[in-house]
Amino acid sequence: MHDSNRKTQLVVIGGGPAGYGAAFMAADLGLDLVLIDPEENPGGVCLYRGCIPSKALLHVARVINETQESSEWGVTFAKPKVNLDKLRAWKNGVVDRLTSGVGQLVKQRKFRHLRATAAFQDNHTLNIRELGGAEYTLSFETAIIATGSYPTKLGKLQPDSPLILDSTSALELEDVPQTLLVIGGGYIGLELGSVYAALGSKVTVVEMTAGLLPGVDRDLLNVLQKRLESKFEAIMLNTTVTEMKAQANGIKVTLDNKSGEKTSRIFAKVLVSVGRRPSSSGIGLENTKVELDQRGFIKVDSQRRTAEPNIFAVGDVAGEPMLAHKGTHEGRVAVEAIAGRPVAYDPAAIPAVVFTDPEIAWAGLTEAEAKDKGIDTEATRFPWAASGRAITLGRTDGLTKLVIQRETERILGVGIVGPGAGEMIAEGVLAIEMGANVTDVGLAIHPHPTLTETVMESADLFRGTATHYYRPKRKK
Amino acid sequence: MIKEVTIPEIGEKVESGKVVSILVKKGDLVNIDDGIIEFETEKAVVEIPSPVKGRVNEILVSIGDEMRIGSVIAKIDTEATAAQPEPRPAEPAVPSSRKPEPETVTRGKGISEPPIDPGVTEAKAAPLVDRAEKQRLDEPMPPPAPVEPQPRRIPAPASPSVRRLARELGADINVIQGSGPGGRITETDVKEFVKGARRQPRAAEHGTQSKEAAPARAVGQGKTTALPDFSRWGEIEHAPISTVRRITAESTAQSWNIVPHVTQFDRSDITHLQGFMERHAKTVERSGGKLTITIILLKVIAEALKRFPRFNASIDLDRDEIIFKKYVHIGLAVDTERGLLVPVVRDVDQKSLMGLSVEVLDLAERARNKRVTPDELEGGTFTVSNQGGIGGTDFTPIVLWPQAAILGVSRASVEPKYISGEFKPRTILPLSLSYDHRIIDGADAARFLRWVCDSLENPFAMYME
Repeated sequence: MHDSNRKTQLVVIGGGPAGYGAAFMAADLGLDLVLIDPEENPGGVCLYRGCIPSKALLHVARVINETQESSEWGVTFAKPKVNLDKLRAWKNGVVDRLTSGVGQLVKQRKFRHLRATAAFQDNHTLNIRELGGAEYTLSFETAIIATGSYPTKLGKLQPDSPLILDSTSALELEDVPQTLLVIGGGYIGLELGSVYAALGSKVTVVEMTAGLLPGVDRDLLNVLQKRLESKFEAIMLNTTVTEMKAQANGIKVTLDNKSGEKTSRIFAKVLVSVGRRPSSSGIGLENTKVELDQRGFIKVDSQRRTAEPNIFAVGDVAGEPMLAHKGTHEGRVAVEAIAGRPVAYDPAAIPAVVFTDPEIAWAGLTEAEAKDKGIDTEATRFPWAASGRAITLGRTDGLTKLVIQRETERILGVGIVGPGAGEMIAEGVLAIEMGANVTDVGLAIHPHPTLTETVMESADLFRGTATHYYRPKRKK
Repeated sequence: MIKEVTIPEIGEKVESGKVVSILVKKGDLVNIDDGIIEFETEKAVVEIPSPVKGRVNEILVSIGDEMRIGSVIAKIDTEATAAQPEPRPAEPAVPSSRKPEPETVTRGKGISEPPIDPGVTEAKAAPLVDRAEKQRLDEPMPPPAPVEPQPRRIPAPASPSVRRLARELGADINVIQGSGPGGRITETDVKEFVKGARRQPRAAEHGTQSKEAAPARAVGQGKTTALPDFSRWGEIEHAPISTVRRITAESTAQSWNIVPHVTQFDRSDITHLQGFMERHAKTVERSGGKLTITIILLKVIAEALKRFPRFNASIDLDRDEIIFKKYVHIGLAVDTERGLLVPVVRDVDQKSLMGLSVEVLDLAERARNKRVTPDELEGGTFTVSNQGGIGGTDFTPIVLWPQAAILGVSRASVEPKYISGEFKPRTILPLSLSYDHRIIDGADAARFLRWVCDSLENPFAMYME
């Protein structure tokens, strides 16, 4: 590379949704920039090893499940035959198509993407190591760190065995094990557990705490859990893994249910999904003033600026929630800040979606949070049994919930469980961001027959006037 | 012990303000009541005093920060004495300096939960550190990261584009009052807040002239007439106006537009009065007060207001009524570095000359030192503006609407007066009474002012009838 190229106004380290979101915004604002990411195309964990491949497989899982459920409607299918190689190839095709699309967008925007890794030498210099082996330094005016996160391991407990998977290797879909133990009842464990269960594995989930999906309102979770209990072999709560041994026939796992009862079982494979850690080490942050919190996240201010004024951090590495869409938004805010605009990262609602069947999605305040914070709210719940569309889908187990501030009647939180909840939550986000109240949502005509009507009717429920659900307001 | 200094309750309806200056720096020793910052609210600039004695450990605000009541502005180490060495700044954080948890630091915008107890709250004690934590703390740490504002309990009811606009215009979305349903903040709310128009909703609140006042105010603020480009004729400079200036501009323009002004002039012979004042000056001084012509005037006017109640009233044309006030709170125009302030002396009719001498001296001094609270600037029923200390003969003061009248006092001078066949030197005090002609007629004003002059000349005459 020519020397004159080894200088840049802005460098973005990491090509996931936060990094490429930042890079594209920077290019669109006319900044001179370099994006550093070892992959051929940007995409990061989300596109290569996370959101996208898992959603492709979850779609397949849903189709398989629906072929079984359709017997209720008088339509039966033969037991599915799964050609794993073809399925894997299809999933990889989805990933390739999307990542090369992002690569195309890089070319169209005409900025430099270095296939390399980088580490800070000081607050204005990066040591670059290209995949081809070339090493040199790159000096920059401003940097955005978007190095993401990686799956947490169980440390000494976890023997080195190909039978022990993390989210990355589970998505490789090497085989469909007879039995699978999922350690950790968070969204990754439940999503991937659902995929393997649909493909034929007997899936057991162990969760250390008293409930799946910590942080999600229990009424929403209950709907999912009921269904998961029928799909999974077992869901063991309040249970920890105390030992794992690799054996010829699988992994021998010792489980402790906290009342001191220990049981040992053998699972063909084990998926460890106990969370993710920020990728903040090994990138030379010690050579800068950038500061980390106790969990290893980079500390940032409301503009995503670190303690080093010309270095920003966005995405998973900059803190919870570790969600692609939050990272992209942060990346764009950071770039605008660098461009001198008086912006701040101040979302009123960050949506979260668990892509199980049914899906759970929520945004803004949960009911539990509202209670904890002492905000005077009322939650309205519209059961999908009263939704025409849900009945036509044969899925009446869903629930739409609004968390409403009593005094102002503003919608502060939305929670939905049911198929398609992930699509529906966007309306909730918009309502919260716009400061909409129940009257606004109730007066906005929603199309019939769709599941979105449940949002409108949840709003009407606040006054006890939902058309399809009779629950008069108690007189005060 | 580390004490947090918070912004105390300043006055009714005052929820937030802006830091205009910082009076101490890190490491300074402060005494109780020493000013820490100057804080500008919508109503006045006040000095936030230190509630304790000690060394300033940390200053958590910078000039221009928007703060709410209850926000922490500084931390003071009450055990520090002059003998202790200056704490080294920019030192890597070590356990001892980590005592106040960074999480308790609230700063700038978006603080929604002020401590219940305004004033001083004790900083959290050092967290118990376990071994691993201690080990981590023993490692050198880089200086603290930017302090994040504490998250609000709930987001401001404004759409993302409105929040962005507020930020671009330098306004704190959390202090803007929304006009929409549920307090939703619109683009217009933000713009009006920035223009300052939102800050004086009183005309509407009062119910008087609400319809007429609106355009009048606009004219008063000079918003309807665009200014020419002055730089065409020579060099110019743009200077921002202070809160005091803005309030003065708005309130005088408002008065001027609402009140049909007439000014009545008269002069009073205060020769005898001067003797009285000189005789009692020492006694009053010993009590910590100062007996001036203003004090005497306050007392005489309090009596006059009882006899001429329309001068202590307000008119409400919307309701076709006059509101008579049964109390006598007289405002005094005080010339300060920041501009005109009008602190109010309560219940003047019930106070002695001695009491008033002490109170007025204190009030005026506090007005000059920015220690007067916004509450003390409100509720006046009549105003006295004494320019005697500066000079001049007569002037036409502007009524401080919704009051009905204001008395201007000019410098007394010794003049020859023809008494009993000869000219004698007499001390003559010129007085100017501006009044609202909607409530008061010219004859009333002439009588009122004559009564005041007579009473000054011959105090006992006041009590003849």
